[in-house]
Amino acid sequence: MESRLRKIIVCDPDKCNGCRICEYICSFASEGVLNIKKSRIRVVRIEPFLNLAVACRKCEDPPCVKACPRDALTQKPSGIIVVDENKCNGCGWCVETCPFGVIRLHLDKRKVIICDYCEKHGYPRCVEYCPKEALKYVTLDQAARELSKKAVQTLLQELAAK
Amino acid sequence: MKGYAGKYLIVDLTRGKTSVGRVDESFALNYIGGYGFGARMLYDMMPKPAEVDPFSPENVLIWWTGPLAGTISTAGNKYAVFAKSPLTGIFGFGISTGLFASEFKSAGWDGAVFTGRSEKPVYLTIDDENIELRSASRIWGRTTWETEEMIKEELGDESFTVASIGPAGERMVRLANITNERNRQVGRCGLGAVMGSKNLKAVAARGTKDVEVFDVEGLVRFIAELNERCQGPATEKYRVYGTPANILVHNKLGCLPSYNFQRGTFEYAEEVSGEMMLKTHVKKIIACAGCPIACDHVNQAREDHAGTVSSVDYESLELLGPNCGIRSLDTITKAVEICDTLGVDTISAGNVVGWAMECFEKGILTKEDTDGVELRFGSNEALLEALRRLCLKEGRLGMLLSEGVRRASQIVGKGSERFAMHCKGLEWAAYELRSLQTSTLGFAVSNRGADYLRSGSYQVDVKGQVDRLRLDKSRGKIVYDGENQYAVIDSLIICKFTRGVFKSMDELAKLYTLVTGLSMTGEQILKAGERIHNVARCFNVKCGVTRKDDYPPPRAFEDPLPDDVVKGAVIRREEYEEALDGYYECRGWSRDGIPLKRKLLELGLSKEAEEVGVEA
Repeated sequence: MESRLRKIIVCDPDKCNGCRICEYICSFASEGVLNIKKSRIRVVRIEPFLNLAVACRKCEDPPCVKACPRDALTQKPSGIIVVDENKCNGCGWCVETCPFGVIRLHLDKRKVIICDYCEKHGYPRCVEYCPKEALKYVTLDQAARELSKKAVQTLLQELAAK
Repeated sequence: MKGYAGKYLIVDLTRGKTSVGRVDESFALNYIGGYGFGARMLYDMMPKPAEVDPFSPENVLIWWTGPLAGTISTAGNKYAVFAKSPLTGIFGFGISTGLFASEFKSAGWDGAVFTGRSEKPVYLTIDDENIELRSASRIWGRTTWETEEMIKEELGDESFTVASIGPAGERMVRLANITNERNRQVGRCGLGAVMGSKNLKAVAARGTKDVEVFDVEGLVRFIAELNERCQGPATEKYRVYGTPANILVHNKLGCLPSYNFQRGTFEYAEEVSGEMMLKTHVKKIIACAGCPIACDHVNQAREDHAGTVSSVDYESLELLGPNCGIRSLDTITKAVEICDTLGVDTISAGNVVGWAMECFEKGILTKEDTDGVELRFGSNEALLEALRRLCLKEGRLGMLLSEGVRRASQIVGKGSERFAMHCKGLEWAAYELRSLQTSTLGFAVSNRGADYLRSGSYQVDVKGQVDRLRLDKSRGKIVYDGENQYAVIDSLIICKFTRGVFKSMDELAKLYTLVTGLSMTGEQILKAGERIHNVARCFNVKCGVTRKDDYPPPRAFEDPLPDDVVKGAVIRREEYEEALDGYYECRGWSRDGIPLKRKLLELGLSKEAEEVGVEA
């Protein structure tokens, strides 16, 4: 049984340095090739300081699924979005609808590609390969707990310093 | 063979025509990529280099990636640019890093060769097979950072990566560099000025193809292991403080050049240390594409120049800082921004300004010569003003400094040549000469002039593996080994900060084989390194380089260091001669520094043997 708490890929902007190793390894994990244009995770660099990697967030009631005019997209109980390549005609409605911009049109197949969390491998390869542990595969609750810890630590340090 | 795209672009700028050249297997095996391909091709395309003015259309501008670019190889997204250098008049070469190399390869190209000169300013776009020379009239005059933004906007896609020159390159300032992704530069040898002379403002690349490798499973496994090692002690320095960690280490050893190499320590070293910078100025550490280390420390200035942002590494920090007597990280951050955006090499710029400051303090340059700038050591305003004028060739001071330290000192004369800190016309980098003597030998024999990046011979000095205040014959072997290894690293091309991560040359050869499918041993790849080094030397010999050019500047022999930790350190001429002899012997070159026919033939360089080689 799937846990009711879904794990997703989250990225710590303090640790992410824009190295793009997640993009290279994703193209290998998904298709056995090296080509960052085929990555399901996207690294965003906004000069001069901001770096962040984003992948499918496994939204509840996902807008991409709703947007598809051919019902090519479905969501599994685990939250993973599945693309039926027989139905997808590459119209790209879902690409435009995704609020995080993490759906891509495959350059050769002209079908959309979405992070499948390396389902067959059992664990996202990008998280395994992230050299700075900026990427984590956690539930949102776990991610939030880390943030709480960080906030409490900072607060206590500030109090101690006074 | 995999890894390579198998083809390169030939661009005739005079006629605005492009064609395609092929990369075959024997070329790949003998010359690897990057440095090797550039050396081979520059030698072949310029049969009489002594007769070629670097700013004439006859100069050839060559760009190469290596087999690793665009693969997931550890810190392997690099490209190199070559031409006859307008700064040194010999083999000109520089390497930069970043996504640019990956996009270039992914577009299906290993390299590009530019000949001739465009009548009007242009930039080249490489968009898979679609190659276009586009008008650069709208972006001419813009800074490197503006140019990147404007080209992406013009091409309508920010996934284009751009390598460009700034106003300094356009004006053919001899220190001009090439910048990609804001903070990464082909820094040395004035190759940006060669682009300027050809009216080539930028190259923009976007690729969508898979970069095919021989054994992708094996490669990915090996990279996981290498990337893991990159989080270990061998690279800790780069990850935490970045290269500025060297400031306090070098200061303690008396090998931190200050006041134009008059001293080997800096009394305000603490204030400009890597430790201080991390605490007060570093806002973000970023990585080049594909690099698990991440060394690039991006600063944000505070009170003075608030809001200024630039990426500050050891060499920039040192030469624009202590070497000019500057103790303000705000000023140094601003100085790097001026150099990066207007487009000059921070090392050469800090060096030549330091020289001018010494001239000014000695009365050799007056306020009349500097158009009113009080060019004193430690003056923040003077440094920034001098840099701006240098980049723009503004006024008498700007014109003078834009020539680089060798030419500038020849123009000024009055004994200023004695403390013009260069070798073969390339400004000395931030390693003191008298307190790191193996390093000095390495700098002085380097193929591109005073260069810390061709042999890494400073390491034995800094680590205390030799008596760094003396020289002897055995140092030649250290430089020789280092140069051959570095020639391999620069040909693959892979970042030198991984050198402690690879256990042996066999591992580098293994990486090469996993990517290309061409069998290669550590010994063979090292032999290729030696071959590559010799080709570049032969090019230099054709430019007139002999033993006489393989010496450090007079200050190394004549001015003992005054600093307490290394008091009196100086290079003894007879020891230097002995070390140089030792180096030539290892190399299989004549006492005059010319490769022997026998050596060249052993390396399979029959053309060089015939044209350059001498009998024993």
